[in-house]
Formats: sequence, structure tokens, C-alpha cells
Amino acid sequence: MTLAEAILLTITTAATPLLLAAIGELVVERSGVLNLGVEGMIVIGAVVAFAAAQLTGSAYLGALFGMAAGCLFSLLFAFLTLTLVANQVATGLALTILGLGLSGMIGESFVGQRGVQLDEIAIPFLSSIPLIGNLLFNQDLIFYVSIFSVFGVSWFLFKTRLGLQLRAIGDSHGSAHALGISVIKTRYLAVMFGGACAGLAGAQLSLVYTPQWVENMSAGRGWIALALVVFASWRPLRVLAGAYLFGAVTIGQLHAQALGFGIPSQFLSALPYLATIIVLVIISRNRRLTLMNTPASLGQSFVPDR
Amino acid sequence: MTDQQPGHGNCLLEVRGLTKVFGELRANDGIDLEIKSNEIHALLGENGAGKSTLVKMLFGSLEPTSGQIFWKDKPVRITSPGQARALGIGMVFQHFSLFEALTVAENIALSMDQDVSIEGIAEQAAVLSREYGLPLDPHAHVADLSVGERQRIEIVRTLLQNPELIILDEPTSVLTPQEADRLFETLAKIRAEGRSVLYISHRLEEVQRICDRATVLRHGKLTGACDPRLETPASLATMMVGSEVKSVSNAGGAITDEILIETRNLSAPARTPFAVSLKEVNLKVRRGEIIGIAGVAGNGQSELFDVLSGEETVPDPDDVRICGTGVGRMGISARRLLGAGFVPEERHGHAAVSDMTLSQNMVLARHHSDADVFLTGGPLKIIRYDAVKKASERIVREMDVRMSGEDPVASSLSGGNLQKFIVGRELDRQPSVLIVNQPTWGVDAGAASRIRQALIDLAESGSAVVVISQDLDEIFEVATSIAVLNEGALSEAEPASMMTLERIGLLMGGIHGEDTKVEAQHAH
Repeated sequence: MTLAEAILLTITTAATPLLLAAIGELVVERSGVLNLGVEGMIVIGAVVAFAAAQLTGSAYLGALFGMAAGCLFSLLFAFLTLTLVANQVATGLALTILGLGLSGMIGESFVGQRGVQLDEIAIPFLSSIPLIGNLLFNQDLIFYVSIFSVFGVSWFLFKTRLGLQLRAIGDSHGSAHALGISVIKTRYLAVMFGGACAGLAGAQLSLVYTPQWVENMSAGRGWIALALVVFASWRPLRVLAGAYLFGAVTIGQLHAQALGFGIPSQFLSALPYLATIIVLVIISRNRRLTLMNTPASLGQSFVPDR
Repeated sequence: MTDQQPGHGNCLLEVRGLTKVFGELRANDGIDLEIKSNEIHALLGENGAGKSTLVKMLFGSLEPTSGQIFWKDKPVRITSPGQARALGIGMVFQHFSLFEALTVAENIALSMDQDVSIEGIAEQAAVLSREYGLPLDPHAHVADLSVGERQRIEIVRTLLQNPELIILDEPTSVLTPQEADRLFETLAKIRAEGRSVLYISHRLEEVQRICDRATVLRHGKLTGACDPRLETPASLATMMVGSEVKSVSNAGGAITDEILIETRNLSAPARTPFAVSLKEVNLKVRRGEIIGIAGVAGNGQSELFDVLSGEETVPDPDDVRICGTGVGRMGISARRLLGAGFVPEERHGHAAVSDMTLSQNMVLARHHSDADVFLTGGPLKIIRYDAVKKASERIVREMDVRMSGEDPVASSLSGGNLQKFIVGRELDRQPSVLIVNQPTWGVDAGAASRIRQALIDLAESGSAVVVISQDLDEIFEVATSIAVLNEGALSEAEPASMMTLERIGLLMGGIHGEDTKVEAQHAH
């Protein structure tokens, strides 16, 4: 393995959790719900995945439990904001704080334990392609799922009827309701999908990235994922590009530090947010871009008028 | 409901004693309605008469408090729009239920119950829209379309569902006479195919022209059912409003030579691929004059309004002059300070913030131009709510705005009443220049004549007024001169007394070459 290959491999590992969490949040936001609890759902997914893998001895079961935990945790958010019509921003923030605290409590006894790592699955023939073979086709299952999810979500949103309905709800929930589309039910499903994705992103952290449990191991990735959705202007393929860009920045920052470059590491850490602000400025300057790209009912509660 | 027997005969839809109560308001009180198959049935009534509530119950978006609906002589409970569609009821909404971020074809696909590919729908829609003379590009984004074009989507998507009963809510308010004629042909075709239409309109002459029967509502109650062709507009209006409608009087004030609004060869490039660019627009409005700008939807009306109001600025200050000052590069507030007032087309989200109260909406528009009245001095500029309240009460009184509660949120008012408030908000300042875009769109006869009279009174008191409207009756009623906007180019303004419907129709179609110019010179 060459040095370049090794660096690229660390980039894919760093990008995968960002990609998963962001693609999940993209579906949630496309339905018009703003869930700021991504960080909390990731960290809950990480601790549950680690614990389940330790107890069962299977990393796959661990990943499955991580996903389920993220999904279940998001259900709490869905119930509070969709059924009880609580404020989405406040509830999302509360979910993050709750997730960080709860995960610390669950994971207390697992701190310092050596974890089970998810195996790499080499895809026959493809993995022996020079240069990219090892990088793209000799990876763990979660990596494959993350790439698949981008194209799956893209196809779902833009080619299926349910995807069209979901985008319609995000654009104008009142009109969608008037047409007889079930706003609340669709949003429940979207939020749960987002939770499952964030949970799986967490599982990747504790089963692939660093196979151990450390408190607060999500380390702000949930926020980057949130920024990433805006950065990508709510488009799945742009999320893919953005996740790898942000992943590269994260890794680049480590290497820059090791090599003693003059760029302060804080600047590189801030880069994803800076890039997001720039994208937001560009979108907001043009009314048409805003209308086309932003789910217009994002963050607004919906109460049917009957 | 076994004790209630449906009527005999060929009733498609029958309604018995339908009642809807919101809190203490009886929006619909014991309404009876019969729609026979093969007829165009008019539903008449003023703003807030309960027409929208009634059709929402028929379409399943509202649940009746009591009463019974019969569909083909069988009692039914319509609990959702999907169910209404399944029965064979289609609806064209007044406030469009369109999704701006989606394309025309996607919008249509959403209301189809069967799963058809977007491409298939785009094709069907294109065919149908050609057939019924409602041109549409299925791949355009709704955000880029004008109100008139958006209505075509609504009509086409309802027709695609092949319904037996089509409910149309104020369909012609945004159409040109030619487009309206085409729509009436469409409706006649629909009736000939054995279907029925429930036609909600404020335009009495239209109802008389195409409707077989009419049901009139007032204050949530039924006040009459008649054959509109046997009535006069005045007798129909009396049923609607309970008293004779005050007709607009245009005494014609003194027009002086002082030019208050002027554009000189004003050109502006299109801001989006779908917008219209303005081409060398020359406009002069003198003190005491009302210029009516006619034109089919999407020919640069909103672009012209934006440039005049300062929502969009132009590089050369002298391209737009208000009261003698070159304002091309000034924003809205600066233009207001010069004595201009503006009423944009969309009530919700543009002219008013739906979720804010009327008085708050007034402060939002006038906090700069009337800072000394509504704000305290000093760096904090605290809002003086006593003054604000007094002013908004004055506007409500002046314009006869009907509302529930003392200072309700804008969204709780019916379209006409909110429009009266928004126009009144500008008139209250006695602006020397007023520019309004579609002032009476979706507004009932009573409110519309009130607004038009207010515009005329303003001009008579010595202001210059520009009325951009697709409603030709309105333009003929208020304007002293008329110009036509076609593909971003404005025809020369001609005195209203010289204009005919035919000539406007020609100008709308873009026939203003050399011949018509010569003609126009002769006319002067």
C-alpha cells in the first residue's frame, strides 16, 4: 500500500460517517423537518453498536443495533415535534444534549475495552483493479451502504411517487395536505430514516473508524453533517462530493499538523462551516435558487385544519 | 340520516342542511344545494359569505359540523380530497395548491391517484393543454410562472382526472377576455361531455353568460336560487350583498401637465431564464391621471412593478423618475419617502406577512416613511403602538375591512378584506404616486368597487396612479389612459375613451407594428 493510497483510505473512512448522517438528514429536511439532533443520534448509535458488538461478539449485529437505536431515538423527536407539535429547533438541540449524556451513561462500563472491528469485504475481481480496486472494493459493509444510499436516495427522491410526495410536503405542507397526502405519516418515516442513517454513522465510528468506545466520540460530526446538507443545497450527489471534501479536510488537517504547516488547525476545522456559509450566501442572493433548492416549509410545524 | 330522502330527478350532487361552525362563527348555516348532471351551476356570494367553506366541505378538506351530502342520490361522507376525487369531484383552487419548487408535470403527478411516470404525465398534459387552449410547458418550474399560468396548471390537472363534477373557484380573475372565452368554450365542452361544473365567481355578467342555474350565499346562509339568465346583474348583486352595489363613479379630475412618474427607454434584462425582460418602456403619468396597464399574465407585469417600486434597481437613476427625482438606484423606502406607495400582486408573503397582525403589517410597510408618527425618536426607535393602533383602526374604518377580533393576523382575513386593508394602508398616507399590481385579484364585487373608487378618488385629489391589471373591466372602469404590456414592451398610452376591447386584444397579441402606430397618431 502506497502512502497516497493510505491517505485516500483514511479519507474514505473519515467521510463515510459524514455521508451517512448527511444523506439521512437530507431526506428529513426534504420533508420539511429540521432535526438538529443528528449529533445525539450518532453518538447513541455509536455506543449501542459498540455495546451490542461486545455482548454478542458480532460486529454486524452491533451495526444493526446501532441503526435501530438511532431510529428509536429519532422516534422520540418525531413524537415531540410531529404529534405534540413542539418547536423543532429546541427539540433537536435537546435531543443532541440528551444523546451525549445518555451515551456516556450507557458506555461507562465499556470505556477502554478493545472492540470488535467490522470486516472488510473484498468484491471479487473489482478489488484487484490497480489503484482504485483496494480503495473502493475492499471495504467494510457500512462503506458500501453509504455509497449505495446516495444513489438510492437520489433515485427515491427524483424518480418515485413517494419521493415526489415527500418533496412536495417539504415545499408546502398545506398544499400537500389539501391534495390528500399524509403529511405527518410521511414525516414520521423520513425522520426515522434519518435516525437510522445517523445510528449507522455512529456504528461506523465505534466499529470501523476507531473500534472502541470513547465518550463524545461523535466529536461534532453531526454538526458537520447538518452543514453538509445545506452545503449540498439538498441534493444527494452534492452531499457525496461534500462529504468527501469535508473528510479530506479533516484528514488534511491532521497531516498538516504532523508536517508542521503554518495553517492553524482551527482554521481547517472551521472550513466546513465556512464553506457552508458561502454556499448559503450564494443561494440566498438569488430568489429563484432559494425557491428551487430550499424546502420552503423547513422547520415549520404542521397542524391540519380540520 | 334515513329520515332525509334525497330529491328526485337527475341530481349529481345534493346538499341538505350543511352547516359548519368555527368557534362562534357559523360559516355555513343550513345550506341546501342541488347540482344536476349536465349543468354549469354558479355559486355567488360576497367575501366571507361562506363559499370557500362550502366547497371545501364538498371536496373533503373540511368536515361538516352537521348536514348531509348526497352523491348520485346516495348519502356520502367525504372525508378527504382523495375520496372526493375517487367519487369524481375535481377542484381548481382559488389559492393555488401548487408546489413552487417542483415542475408543472410533477405538480400534476401529485394529484393523480394512479402511478403514472412523470414523462407520461408531461405528454398527456401537453396534449390536453393544447386541446383546451391552455398552453403550458410541462417541464417549467412553477416558481418561474405567473399567476395566470399557474391557474392553467390547476385547470389542466383537474381535467386530467376526468371528473364528473368540476369545482372552479374564481377561474377567470386572471385571464384575458380571449383566454376567458376559451375557458368558456372549455366549460361548454365539459358540459357537452355530460359533466357538471360548480362555478364560483364574482363576475355577474360571466355567470349570466355561461351558467344554467345559480345559488347565492350571504353571511353563511342561502339567500336565493335562480336562473341567472332571467335576472339582471343588479338583482343578482342585491341577493349577494343585500343592498344595491355602489357603482364606481369616475368624474375625472383635473389632469395637469406635471409628470409624477416617468420612465425613459427603461430596459431591464430578465433575472431568470423564465422571466421577461423589459424593452424600452416609456411611461409618463401626470398628476390626476390613472394609467391602466393591461396585458396577459407573464408579459412583464411583475418585472415592471418591481422596477417601479424599487424591488429591482436599474443602473441609470434617470431611467425611473418619481416626482421629478431620478430614483433608478433607490430602494423601496427611499421611493416611499418621496411620496410613492406600492401594492404588490401577492397578498400573502409579499404585501403582508400572513402570520402577523394587521397593525404589525402596517408598521412593516410604513416604519420608514412615517417614522415620526409610528416610532419614538432616539437610537432605539421604539414602536408607538398607540399611534399604530389608531392608524390601523382608521384604515379598517375607511376601507370597511371586515374581520374577527380587534387586530387579527393577516391570514385570518378573507382575500378581499386583506386587500382592502393593504390598499388602505397606502392610501392612508395620501401618496402622490401609487403603483398597484392586480389590485382586485380574487376580490368580490363589493370590495373591488370599493378599492377602485378609492383609486379614482386618489387621482382626483391630485396623485398619479398606475394600475397594472389583467382585468379589463377594471381598467376601463378606473383608467384615464390605457397602455398594453406585451413581452416586456409597453404600447403607447392612449386615452381610455378611445380604446376598444378589440384594440386591446390586438395589442395584447403583439400586433403593434407601423400600422397601429399610425392609427394611434390619428387617434390623437
